[in-house]
Amino acid sequence: MVEISGNPSVDVEIGESPSELVRFDNVGLRYGIGPEILRDLDFSIHSHSFQFLTGPSGAGKTTLLKLILQTLKPTRGRVTLFGQSIAGISKAEMARLRRRVGIVFQDFRLLDHLTTYENVALPLVVQGREESSYRAEVIELLRWVGLGDRMHMPPVILSGGEKQRAAIARALIVQPALLLADEPTGNVDPSLARRLLRLFIELNHTGTAVVLATHDLQLMDLVDARRMVLAEGHLHIYD
Amino acid sequence: MLGAALVRLVPSDLLASRSALSPILPARSIAGRALVLVIVIMTFLAGLTAGAVHLVADASSDWSRSIAREVTIQIRPMAGRDIEADVRMAADLGKRVRGVEVVRVFDRQEGEKLLEPWLGTGLDLGELPVPRLVVLKFSAGSTPELASLKAELAERVPNAGLDDHRLWLGRLKIMANSLVLIGIIILALVLVATGLAVAFATRGAMAGTAHIIDVLHLVGAEDSYIAREFQRHFLRLGLKGGLIGGLAAVMFYLVISLASANFAMNPGAEQVEALFGRFSLPGAGYASVLAIGLVIAAVTAIVSRATVYRTLSGHE
Ligand SMILES: Nc1ncnc2c1ncn2[C@@H]1O[C@H](COP(=O)(O)OP(=O)(O)OP(=O)(O)O)[C@@H](O)[C@H]1O
Ligand SMILES: [Mg+2]
Repeated sequence: MVEISGNPSVDVEIGESPSELVRFDNVGLRYGIGPEILRDLDFSIHSHSFQFLTGPSGAGKTTLLKLILQTLKPTRGRVTLFGQSIAGISKAEMARLRRRVGIVFQDFRLLDHLTTYENVALPLVVQGREESSYRAEVIELLRWVGLGDRMHMPPVILSGGEKQRAAIARALIVQPALLLADEPTGNVDPSLARRLLRLFIELNHTGTAVVLATHDLQLMDLVDARRMVLAEGHLHIYD
Repeated sequence: MLGAALVRLVPSDLLASRSALSPILPARSIAGRALVLVIVIMTFLAGLTAGAVHLVADASSDWSRSIAREVTIQIRPMAGRDIEADVRMAADLGKRVRGVEVVRVFDRQEGEKLLEPWLGTGLDLGELPVPRLVVLKFSAGSTPELASLKAELAERVPNAGLDDHRLWLGRLKIMANSLVLIGIIILALVLVATGLAVAFATRGAMAGTAHIIDVLHLVGAEDSYIAREFQRHFLRLGLKGGLIGGLAAVMFYLVISLASANFAMNPGAEQVEALFGRFSLPGAGYASVLAIGLVIAAVTAIVSRATVYRTLSGHE
């Protein structure tokens, strides 16, 4: 397990329930004037928890993750992240909340004008950290996900699976309290998928709450964990 | 002094290069060359204007200084009076004024010669009542006390008039001041135009890097961080353009002053020199031309930062 030291933790006022990282109250969402894609969502994500988010393609998994990350505003209801509602929060506070969340995008969103190493370091760079203070951590993390010999290359020339791992490394570098991973095994072969899953479980053991969006049933069967299933706009939870 | 002010305006970390890491904003995707060219041109124009303001201000103060030290007594011929005696009397009275250094009496031929440019040569002016001139030159730094001279002249030489060039000086000052004012207005307009160009360029750069800005936000970057990155980028462009434009303006004035030094050896150059001074910029002139380059660089950085802030806060 990577040991990330000296990471300045951000103190965030935690709401009534200290273990509740995310809370949805009667949330609904529609894009523009389209149909309601998500309806009546009521759930919480607790610290140290591990859950799969699943459902058919187009069910709204990515949309739900965006609501958690607060890049989308719900059309109805209330979304709370670390006890703070998106309404009435300043942009600076929002930035500080996001620093406690690691996210792996379905489409990676790596920046092609930076090297892989710089991409992974980005969340620390934007916090104004000196390179000397994180270089060793980033290199260690890159080795851990098997990109040690790729770190000075730009992401464009990486394979799909390598990009996937770079995106995961970027999400992990801040040692987040909450990890949101959107199809993080979508681009890799089954054996690498199992290795990545083990990686997420290991991360969960160190205290990070994990939400893993996937429609890979075989992968989910490997772990006995909470399942959040989206179907026709509704969320069914199997603990 | 201006340099120190600029340093305070620009956070020091903006100028420090960040080790070997790539810039967060890709220099390539932000079209900088057109903007640098605009800044070069603007700085050049502003530099020329500032230099011209210096030239005008210098020439006019030279002029007024030398003119202010001269007073002319003009004696008109009058029937029944001996003009030679009047001229001598006026010169005598002039000599007694405190601070007078030289009294120069123009005799009749000299007086006629002064009229030549207007009347042409070869004209017999014997019949014309050509006025005679007595010029009093005051020593530097003295303030001529002319009231008593005026009174005495009125009493003893009633056909004499005293001209202390005050009207002239007043007009000269108004003209010079208006030129300086026009110069300052042009400078202000150039700065505003540069600011607008930078605002447009920043918006274009933000549109071109929207996906990067998104990712930066998602990994927890604050607007201030993003604004600082843009500011860093545009400050570099501004310094480049401002320096090239400023140096071009300096070169322009160096070439002009060399050329005018050559030209000064030609006959006939005196009039030009009398009018415009020596066409050579004083040291302060060069300094302000270069300072304008720095001001434009600072404007570039500040405007880009402000534009980023405004655009980002409008995005919510
Ligand atoms: N920006 C948008 N504007 C309009 N509709 C959108 C937008 N983003 C997503 N949708 C629609 O919302 C629905 C849910 O999309 P979402 O990406 O959340 O699905 P998903 O569960 O992540 O699918 P997949 O498994 O294929 O990734 C889809 O029907 C999609 O077309
Ligand atoms: Mg999706």
